[in-house]
Parts: sequence; structure tokens; C-alpha cells
Amino acid sequence: MTAASTTSAPALAAPPTGGTLETLARRAESLVIPLGALLVGLGLFSLFLLALGKSPAQFIELMWRGGFGSWFSIQNTLLRAAPLLLAALCVVLPARLGLVVIGGEGAIVLGGVAAAAAGHWVAGLPPVAVIVAMALAAMAIGGLWIGAIGALRHYRAVNETISSLLMAYIAIALMNHLVEGPLRDPASLNKPSTIPLTAAGRLGAVPGTDVHWGIVVGVVACLACWLLIEKTRWGFAARVAGGNVRAAQIQGLAVGPLIIGFCALAGALAGLAGMIEVAAVHGNANASLAAGYGYTGILVAFLARQSPLGVIPVSLLLGGIAAAGGLVQRRMGLPDATILVLQGMLFILVLLSDTLYGRFKIFNPDRWGRAP
Amino acid sequence: MIKASHTITRRSLLKTSAAGAAFGAVGLPLTYRPARAAATTVGFIYVGPKDDYGYNQAHAEGAAAVKGLSGLTVVEEENVPETVDVQKTMESMINLDGASLVFPTSFGYFDPHMLAMAKKFPNVQFRHCGGLWDKSKHPANTGSYFGYIGMGQYLNGIVAGHASKSKKIGFVAAKPIPQVLMNINSFLLGARAVDPTIVCQVIFTGEWSLAVKEAEATNALVDGGVDVVTCHVDGPKVVVQTAAGRGAYVCGYHANQSPLAPDKYLTGAEWNWATVYTGFAKKMLAGEPLDNFVRGGIAEGFVKMSPLGPAVGEAARKQFDAALAEMKTGGFAAIKGPLKSNKGDQVVAAGQALPETAIELESMNYLVEGVQG
Repeated sequence: MTAASTTSAPALAAPPTGGTLETLARRAESLVIPLGALLVGLGLFSLFLLALGKSPAQFIELMWRGGFGSWFSIQNTLLRAAPLLLAALCVVLPARLGLVVIGGEGAIVLGGVAAAAAGHWVAGLPPVAVIVAMALAAMAIGGLWIGAIGALRHYRAVNETISSLLMAYIAIALMNHLVEGPLRDPASLNKPSTIPLTAAGRLGAVPGTDVHWGIVVGVVACLACWLLIEKTRWGFAARVAGGNVRAAQIQGLAVGPLIIGFCALAGALAGLAGMIEVAAVHGNANASLAAGYGYTGILVAFLARQSPLGVIPVSLLLGGIAAAGGLVQRRMGLPDATILVLQGMLFILVLLSDTLYGRFKIFNPDRWGRAP
Repeated sequence: MIKASHTITRRSLLKTSAAGAAFGAVGLPLTYRPARAAATTVGFIYVGPKDDYGYNQAHAEGAAAVKGLSGLTVVEEENVPETVDVQKTMESMINLDGASLVFPTSFGYFDPHMLAMAKKFPNVQFRHCGGLWDKSKHPANTGSYFGYIGMGQYLNGIVAGHASKSKKIGFVAAKPIPQVLMNINSFLLGARAVDPTIVCQVIFTGEWSLAVKEAEATNALVDGGVDVVTCHVDGPKVVVQTAAGRGAYVCGYHANQSPLAPDKYLTGAEWNWATVYTGFAKKMLAGEPLDNFVRGGIAEGFVKMSPLGPAVGEAARKQFDAALAEMKTGGFAAIKGPLKSNKGDQVVAAGQALPETAIELESMNYLVEGVQG
């Protein structure tokens, strides 16, 4: 029963090397500032609750119990965090190149449809082959979708934020068309869906839990993306290009392939999220795929300050808030929008807290000796 | 205790106890027949907001009627997507609130979500709105209920037929699925019972809840000469306000929208879920088994009409009352032959009449002659 606890924030604790205090101080900045922002957000939200005549203490207690306080709640949180991990990576990867891609929802829904179609076409193969085929189909279409946004950006200077958002609408319309038209299961009368997957195309739960394998895939993907960005030459090149495209070009870096490649990889991961929704949750593709994970992923990525490792704890936090949201509604008689208010407050404060980096002397050992 | 949440327990104490005491909650084995009535908890799950003047509000009004029964606790959750979220909401209601009867009210909650939870919690009862429950396929602790609201749209059509001067009425529809097609056809056939030259323009928005498109569709209908509008989307608020703002009359759907347009609102086809929910809840309290497949229409009190608005004339009122009386005696058929689709195919043969209960209507895939779009 420790599956849940192994994933939290492994990178944030610094290895004790020489100059421990200095290293700790530098590393602490990226931990203390967002945590402080979260606490301030919670404080403001408490005032909001008091204004509504509700008890902040009860709210926090319910958040804890609903999101993290029992094995059931932890599994609930993990399940809700699973799709957010991959959806957030779809924002994080392009962000390292300085691109703000907010259309991951499109890659998710198309990935789901592609997976359902592929799973149906190769249903006769062994289960592993079916799952792999579904994943590849989903990643291919997701990669093409977001990769195209990168290509538009690089070759035609089309703003990637706008184009990705608009392409998400196209993707959802395309999904509706396919699910209600060519790929529709004639037996799905009042909820148009694709033909249900056979058992071979279904992803089960991690043994001993109710949580499907999507959480494992998501965490592994976060770790892999961290390695890619921090430890490989492509990641280094991407960071350079993200810092200054002109400088990167003068250095001879192939910026075009970098942009398109990172966008395609981001889209492939979002497509995979759609495949997991289909294989682990729905069993077919239908309009419920457009559940907004792609948009919540934007929130996760920004809260994680575009760090693949930061995505893990932030996804768990938002998953926990979502898991507890129902309990808060039921026990406190608050509308569902309350949780959106909380998320909005946290989001704005974390963004605002970005301006505080480098302002506190305590996190900067170089300034310790000097007069202010 | 908490880890053992796979075994079903009733934790009535949780509801009233403060923070710490909760973890010491007493778990009683959950029997289908409640030992103490005070402990019976019923859960309602909505896909949208409870005050949407539409689909979800209709269910929440039904739930509110159940709250009045003594010995019952009602828990509600709104804005629950048709994903793993709804499975966890059901599980949370069962595990943390001790719910022994759950009503997931959105169509998409049925398969796979409610079915998965029903297998996991065989001692909890699940009743779903709209699903085609099948004894041979679905667990015995599940079931479904629904109402024949098409007849309400037929009555809407009668009033609309009298109100329309342009002889062109309009329908804002979400998706071309059987339930929606039935409503569109019934609306036009009701109007044609007044004047057989009336036509109905329909616009599909493609989504159950998409306010911008609903407003655009309504404006487009009015621009095209439509002077009475109704709809089948989750929340008719936007359609009603937009149409009334443009000077068109409106017929409501799902719930009573007359407060949104008191002068322009003619009548509306409303769900009366209070009948269904109090029926289930009383059986639950009495320890009787719950029905698995429940259907009803105007005669059974599952569907009701909004009070006629001030713009409804005497002739309309008479024809409306006559048709309503005929429906209440039973056997009324709006869909009867000879009937052609708007593509010219014969869809119902001469002499054939399909009352609201006819199974063929569940797979309707045509729009009748006179529907445009």
C-alpha cells in the first residue's frame, strides 16, 4: 500500500554535496515560493468561505479526508491525477522552447478516437499487440496534430497559442463527426460511440488497487521528459532555443526540427492520454473524451512552472482537490463552482509568485555577506 | 476501518460527527432492507449545475421532493463529468456517505460507469435515467427509469401552431439521436394538428451544453422567419432568453422556464421526476424491492406541462386541454401512418399507429415531412 507515496517530489530535495547550506538555500527557493503561494491562496479562500458563512476549518478537513485521508481517497486522487500528468506534459515540452501550446485537448480526443479505431481493427491480435497498436495510433495522431502546430509556428510564424486552441475545436468537431458518423456503433442509440473494445483492448488496474495503469505511464513519462530536458543534448538545445532563438540559430542549432519534434512529442503524450481514457475508463470513444483534461493540463503545467517533475506533485494536488470537491459539495452545501474559485485563486497566486524569484536574500548565498 | 472500505459499510455517523470522530465511524453491514430508517441515504448525481433551468434542475427538483420524506438523507453532487469522476463520486457517496440508493441522472453515466460500480457494490441499488436496462445483460441491483416527454413536445406544438403567424416554428436541438428526433417530430406534428401547412426549422448545435451556439442557432431561426422556438439542449435558458429577446414566442423543455420570459412563454414540456424519485424512495423505506425498468408519460405523472402563459388564446387552450385529456386516458399516438420522412421515404404505413410506448420509437432515425434542416 505504498504505491502512492513513492512518487512525490523526488527531485526537489537536493543531494547533500559540498557547500550544503548554499545548495539547500538555492534549491529551497523553488519549493518555498510556490508553497507559500499555495498557503496564501488557501488563506484568501478561507476569507471567501467566511464571507459565505462557511467554516474554513471544515473545508480543509473535508479536503484532506476526500483527497488524501484514506486509502480510498488516495486512490481517488491518483485516478484523477492520471490524465493530468500526460496532459500537462503536452504544455511543458513546448514551453521549454518558449512556446505556449494550449490545445492538448485536441490531441487527447483524437488520440482516443484513433485508439478506439485501431483497437477494433486489430482486435484479433494478442492483448499486448492490441494495446501497443492502440497506443501507437493515438500517439501518431496526437503527434501529427501538435507537431503541425509547431510546423506552422516555425515555417509560417503562426501564433502557436491561438492555432493550438483553434485546432482543439476542430479536433473536437472531428471527433464528434467520426463518433456520430463513420465509426459509430449502430447499437449506440442515444449516446453515439465507437464499437466497444474487446477485453484485449482494455487496460486494467494496477494490482492491489483500483487505479489504472495510466498513473504509472504518466509518472514514467514525467521522469522521461525530465531526463530528456535536463540530461540530453536535445534537451539542452531546446533550453538554449527557448532562451533565445536567434542565439541558438547562430550557434548552429537546428531550431526547426527541435520545435516540431518537441511539439510532436508533446502531442504524442496527449494522444496517449486519450488512448488511456479509452482503454482504461470508457471502453470506446465518445463525446465524454472531451472532459477538459487538456485544459486542466495547462493549469498543472503553469503551477509546476513548466517542470516535468513538478507536474507530478501538482497533478496529485489538483487530483486531490477534484476528488475532495464532491465531498465538499455534499457536506457543506457549496456549489461546484467553489472548487473553481479555489483553483483560480491558487493559479493566480502561483503566477504572481513568479515575480518573487531572486528577490529574497536568504535564497541567494552570493548576497549573504553583503550589505543590502 | 478506513482501509476496509471495499466491504460496504454504512457510516451514518459521518454525516453528523465532527472531524476526528469520523474515523471511528460505526460500520453496519449494509443490508438491502434498512434496519433503521434514519440511516437510509440516497445519492443524486448531476452532469451540470443544479440551477440550469433545464435537465439538471428538473432532477434536482425531484431530489428536493425526496428530501421531504422523513427517515431519508439526500446527498447531491453537480457538474460531474461522464468519466472516471462519476465512478468515484458514486463510490464516495457509498463509502463516505453510506448511500444505499444512487441515481446517476445523466445518460452517459450508464455504461460503463454505473455498471462498473454496480458490480463492485452488489448491495447498493442503482437506478439510471434513460438507460435501456436489460435483464439479460445488466446486474440485478441496477435499473433505469425514463419518461415519454415527446408527448409534451406534441402539446408544445399545438400551442405553437396557434401562436405562429409565419407558419414557421423552430427547434434548437443538441444531437440527432432518437430521443431528440422524437421531440422534434412530435413538436411539428402537434403544430400540424392545428395547421397542416406549418413547417419546423431545426438546427443542431452538436453539443448538449454550448451556450454560444444555442444563441446563434436561436438568432438564425428568428432571422429565418421563425416566430415560435423550442429546444432540446441541457439548459434551455439561453434559447428561451434569446428567442424572447427577439420577440419570438417560446415553448419550454425539461423544467419551467416561464420566469425567464413571462410574456413570451407559452407552455413547456417538463419532467416531473418527483413522482419517480419519491416512488423509489418510499419503496426503499418500506423495505420493498425496487423496480428495474420504470417508464411513464403524462398519464403516469412522469411528465407535466408548464401552466399556459398569458399569450395563449382560447382556441389553443381548448385544443391543448382536449389533447391532454386524450393522453391521460392512454393509447394516444402522435406518430401514426401514413407518415413520410422529410426525405420522402414512407416511415409509418397507413393504418399503423405508434403510441409513446412503442419500441420502434426508441430507435427513431428520421425527421418527418415538414421538418427542415
